[in-house]
Amino acid sequence: MSQRSVSATQQQANTRLVKRLLLATAIMFGFGFALVPLYDVFCDITGLNGRVYQKDTQQTQAAQNLVAPLTEAEQDNIDVTRSIKLEMMTISQAGGAILFEPIDKTLRIHPGQMAEARFRITNVSKDAKYVQAIPSISPGQAGLYLHKTACFCFEQQHIEANQQNEFVMQFYLDTDLPEDILQMTLAYTLY
Amino acid sequence: MNSVTSTQDTIQHGSDQGHDSHHGPAKGIKRWLYTTNHKDIGSLYLWFAFIMFLVGGAMAMVIRAELFQPGLQIVEPHFFNQMTTVHGLIMVFGAVMPAFTGLANWMIPMMIGAPDMALPRMNNLSFWILPFAFLILLASLFVEGGGPAFGWTFYAPLSTTYSGDSTALFVFSVHIMGISSIMGAINVIVTIWNMRAPGMTWFKLPLFVWTWLITAFLLIAVMPVLAGAVTMVLTDKYFGTSFFDAAGGGDPVMFQHIFWFFGHPEVYIMILPAFGIISTIVPAFSRKKLFGYTSMVYATVSIALLSFLVWAHHMFTTGMPVYAELFFMYCTMLISVPTGVKVFNWVATMWRGAISYEVPMLFSLAFIVLFTFGGFSGLMLAITPVDFQYHDTYFVVAHFHYVLVTGAIFSLIAAAYYWLPKWTGVMYDVGLAKLHFWCSLISVNVLFFPMHFVGLAGMPRRIPDYSIQFADWNQIISLGGFAFGLSQLIFLALVIKACRKQGEPVADKVWDGAEGLEWTVASPAPYHTFTTPPKIQD
Ligand SMILES: [Cu+2]
Repeated sequence: MSQRSVSATQQQANTRLVKRLLLATAIMFGFGFALVPLYDVFCDITGLNGRVYQKDTQQTQAAQNLVAPLTEAEQDNIDVTRSIKLEMMTISQAGGAILFEPIDKTLRIHPGQMAEARFRITNVSKDAKYVQAIPSISPGQAGLYLHKTACFCFEQQHIEANQQNEFVMQFYLDTDLPEDILQMTLAYTLY
Repeated sequence: MNSVTSTQDTIQHGSDQGHDSHHGPAKGIKRWLYTTNHKDIGSLYLWFAFIMFLVGGAMAMVIRAELFQPGLQIVEPHFFNQMTTVHGLIMVFGAVMPAFTGLANWMIPMMIGAPDMALPRMNNLSFWILPFAFLILLASLFVEGGGPAFGWTFYAPLSTTYSGDSTALFVFSVHIMGISSIMGAINVIVTIWNMRAPGMTWFKLPLFVWTWLITAFLLIAVMPVLAGAVTMVLTDKYFGTSFFDAAGGGDPVMFQHIFWFFGHPEVYIMILPAFGIISTIVPAFSRKKLFGYTSMVYATVSIALLSFLVWAHHMFTTGMPVYAELFFMYCTMLISVPTGVKVFNWVATMWRGAISYEVPMLFSLAFIVLFTFGGFSGLMLAITPVDFQYHDTYFVVAHFHYVLVTGAIFSLIAAAYYWLPKWTGVMYDVGLAKLHFWCSLISVNVLFFPMHFVGLAGMPRRIPDYSIQFADWNQIISLGGFAFGLSQLIFLALVIKACRKQGEPVADKVWDGAEGLEWTVASPAPYHTFTTPPKIQD
């Protein structure tokens, strides 16, 4: 092209570097997607974002098999020196078709004590619906210490047209709950 | 005295230009469509960026006109949202980034003594896909339901569940922008890595080259993550995935983590080349060597590395655990150390220098002062507890416009005034340039400074209406906005005049204190430079 034509070695070096940079680009594109599972792992460890985790579901099976012994064991383990205030919040994302409200709006419980929160879901539409509730807890770290033994949010719920159902969630708070958490909010969003 | 040096240079490099005649620019539109010449492509990038700057500026004028008074007067709220969104996208991806790429194309080969960019054909491609990206983005404003209205940060679920049909167009155009900047970045890295003239060692590289090299690595690291984020938005919206949808087991907050993993390094992509420009201009008009060259290089590298550890400072209000908030707060504050090193070095360069106040220097001085303001308000925002008050208010708007307008844009204007005579061969209209400087300097502060006040008082951003107590300041802000917008037309007129070669011819070394290989070639810079590598003196 010009007097100082690009030499063959130069050309080779360029191609090699371009290949490496393209590889780096591809890796970073993959990394963008890898952030999704990484984020889940990270949240699991740190309790970021107030999710309630899959392991609760597994514990549930164990808990249901051993209801009596577990409660007994728990009895000894109740931390009566503390009482935590829980507030229930509900959001329905199903438009106007489904009404969703907590029956127990606030609860006071000791860590280690079994408790129940009741919710009411009303289908005001003319069709039967399947709904799924997604929980979220704040402050986020508290999510690590809330253990559910039964929850309507574990699976989809079926509601007939114009029907009202009550649902319960059984849970207890871990006695390891950090001292600085005095109050928690449980929010359920219904889809 | 100037002319003496320049004659010598011309004689020295006369041999360079002799053999250029066989390969001059082609004629007409084909020259621009098919060009692989780094100077042509640089000019294309710069003109494209300037046009986009005016288009995005026009949208800002719509925003300021609506906010001139409380209540809704001129545009619908939905259209207002489209304006804030597309204004942001155009200014970031259409104006600032292509303008820096244009400067890189023009100057990097000339600064390192290379005949052209390493990959000229890819260079042509990376420019020519850009206009299509922005045509698609602008066309999306005219589809039914309007263009993107979810803010340039396109948070889910605004961009997934609640967005209009134009979202596919938005995603497609962001993909093209991303591909273009990745190709541009690869080109810059390969050029700097492999094409330096013999003797141009790493620590002789001009700082503009250094900062661009690091910027290019940042681009390769984060633009693919942005591409991933828009792809996930696309599949969430149209193909039933649930990356960001809690109903399907996803998490909308995760969107923010992915976006800001790209987004924070992105702000350094827009400011590191600016640091390079200021580090070039300040020594030239202080007639001293840059103070602390190596510390500048290391400061740039550490800013780039730290930029990957601070993304969640945009998300303090999403309910993170306290220790995470503290971590991101301290990391963010840590960045002010290398940045402070830079500001200190610029001031130390000027200290006891023989300073003269040519227009590039005026813009550089304004940059140093006003960018530092923007840095300070950034430091305020970094403090987690007060961020809860500042978050999503006009204080944030004031902060990032100080770093982007009086930072990035001012540095670009300074660069244009510094190298324009080299590009065109004539001195631009200095009177007009000074008028442009003073009008811009005053109006930009009238425009952005009061935003701090209304922000602290609680005025939220991205809302077309506001409470009555903010009315006075908003009127002043809007007037400043209109004045700043009009001032840029002075710049347009000046550049057109200079490109038509109206002005005094300049010597090869336009500024007596300037250093660098670009001043050893003729003015205007011949179509091909350094076809034989220059000799690098110590
Ligand atoms: Cu940031």
